[in-house]
Amino acid sequence: MPHWLQLMLESLPTLLWAALIFTVPLTLLSFALGLIAGLVTALIRLFGPKPLVAPVRFYVWIFRGTPLLVQLFLIFYGLPSVGILLDAFPAALIGFTLNIGAYSSEIIRAVIGSVPKGQWEASYSIGMTWSQAMRRTILPQAGRVAVPPLSNTFISLVKDTSLAAAITVPEMFQAAQRIVATTYEPLILYVEAAALYLALSSVLSALQARLEVRLNRYGGFLEANA
Amino acid sequence: MIGLTNIEKRFGDNLVLKGVTVSLDEGSVTALVGPSGGGKSTLLRCINLLEIPTSGSLRIGDETLAFHPGVKVPAKDIQRIRLQTGMVFQNFQLFPHRTAIENVMEGLVTVLKWPEPRARERALALLEKVGMVHKADAWPATLSGGQQQRVAIARALAPSPRVLLCDEPTSALDPELAQEVVDVLGQLAREGTTMVMATHDLRLASKIAQEVVFLDAGSIVEKGPASVVFDNPERERTKRFIASLRQEEAQKESGGEGSGAISS
Repeated sequence: MPHWLQLMLESLPTLLWAALIFTVPLTLLSFALGLIAGLVTALIRLFGPKPLVAPVRFYVWIFRGTPLLVQLFLIFYGLPSVGILLDAFPAALIGFTLNIGAYSSEIIRAVIGSVPKGQWEASYSIGMTWSQAMRRTILPQAGRVAVPPLSNTFISLVKDTSLAAAITVPEMFQAAQRIVATTYEPLILYVEAAALYLALSSVLSALQARLEVRLNRYGGFLEANA
Repeated sequence: MIGLTNIEKRFGDNLVLKGVTVSLDEGSVTALVGPSGGGKSTLLRCINLLEIPTSGSLRIGDETLAFHPGVKVPAKDIQRIRLQTGMVFQNFQLFPHRTAIENVMEGLVTVLKWPEPRARERALALLEKVGMVHKADAWPATLSGGQQQRVAIARALAPSPRVLLCDEPTSALDPELAQEVVDVLGQLAREGTTMVMATHDLRLASKIAQEVVFLDAGSIVEKGPASVVFDNPERERTKRFIASLRQEEAQKESGGEGSGAISS
C-alpha cells in the first residue's frame, strides 16, 4: 500500500469522528437556529413595528458586512474582556447562528415578498386571519422558492465551520491540522479534509435536489397569479 | 340583506368612492358596471373589507359595522364580516400548492375547524355543482382558466356565505372559457345565491343580473333593473357607456373570428 493511502486510511477515523461530533452538529444546530433568527428578522422587517425595524436592520448590516472569522474572534477572544466568557463550541454556535440569521433573513424577506398579493387576499376572503394566511398560504409557497438560495447558505455553512478551528473548536479541519503537526504531511491530510468537506456538501446538494422535486410537484406559481 | 350606506373610500388624496349607498336583497344578483377606475372593484372589495372604507357603514345580515376616518376596525369585526362573504377574483387566485379539493376544503378546515371528512364531503358536493368533481385531485396549474375559476367559485361558496362577490370573474378568460363560468354563475343565480359582481362583460351581466348599478368617478350614476339600465338607460352617461361596451364586444367578436381565420 502506498504511504499516502495508508496515512489517509489511518487518519480517516479521527477526521470522521471530529466531523460527527463537531462539524455536523455545529452545522445543523446553527443552521436551524439561524433560520429561526432569519425568519423572525424577516417578519419584523416586513411587518414589524417601526421601532423594531431599525435595530434589526442594524443587525443584518453588521453581520453581513464583517468577516465571519472576525466575528468568531470577537465572540470568543473579544467578549471575555467585557466579562462574557464562552466555551469554544457555544461561541462558534452563536457566531454561525447570527451569521446565518443575517443572510437567511434577506432570503426569507425576498421569498415572502415574491408570493403574489392575491394569495393574501384569497386567504383573507375565505376568512383566514393574518397568521393563518401566513402559515397555510404564504410560507408554503415562499418556502419552495427559498430552497435553492437557502441550500446555498447551508452548503457554505458546512465549509465555513472549518473556521471554528481558529477558535479552538476541535472540528474536522482542526483534527487534520493536529495530524499534520505530528506527521508533517500537509498535502495528504488537507486533501483528505477537502475531500470530506466535498462529500458532505455533495450529500446536501443531493438532498436539495430531492427536496426541490418534491416541492415542485404542483407545478409552481400559476401564470395568472404573476 | 346587504346595505352599504354612504361609503367613502380615500386612497391618500384620491377619493375613489364618494358616498355610495346601495342595498341588495337576499337572493338578488347585482352587477356593478362602469368604466375602469370608476370604483366598482373598490366598492366590491369594501363589502368583504379587503378595502376598509374611510367612512360610512356596512350591513350584512345581522352584522353592522360603521367606519370613521382614522379609526382602526378591530380584526375580529373584519373577520365577522368576511365570514359572511365569499369572493371570486379576476385571476382566480387558487392556492397553487393545494389540489382543487384542498382549495375548497381550506376555509372549512382552517377557519371553521370542520373535521376533515365532513369538509371533504361538502367540497365534493360543491365541485360537483360547478362540474369539477372529476378534477378534484388535480393541481391548479394543470387546469384551464375556466376550470380554475369554477374551482375558485366552489372555494368561495364552501363556508356558505350570505353573498358571493365576483370581481371581473370572466375578464381573464377567452370567450369560450368565459361561457362555462357564466353558466355556473347563472345556475347559482337561479338557485337563489345572492351575488354582486363587478364586470365589463355585458353577456354575463345581462344574462344573470336583475339589478344593475352604474358607477362612474366614485358615484352611482344610475341604478335599476337590468332590463331598464341596459336597454333603456335614463342618463346620457349610462347610454354612452353601454353603447361603447356593445361596440367593444362586437369588435372583439369580429376580431376573434378574423384571427381565427388566419391561424387556421
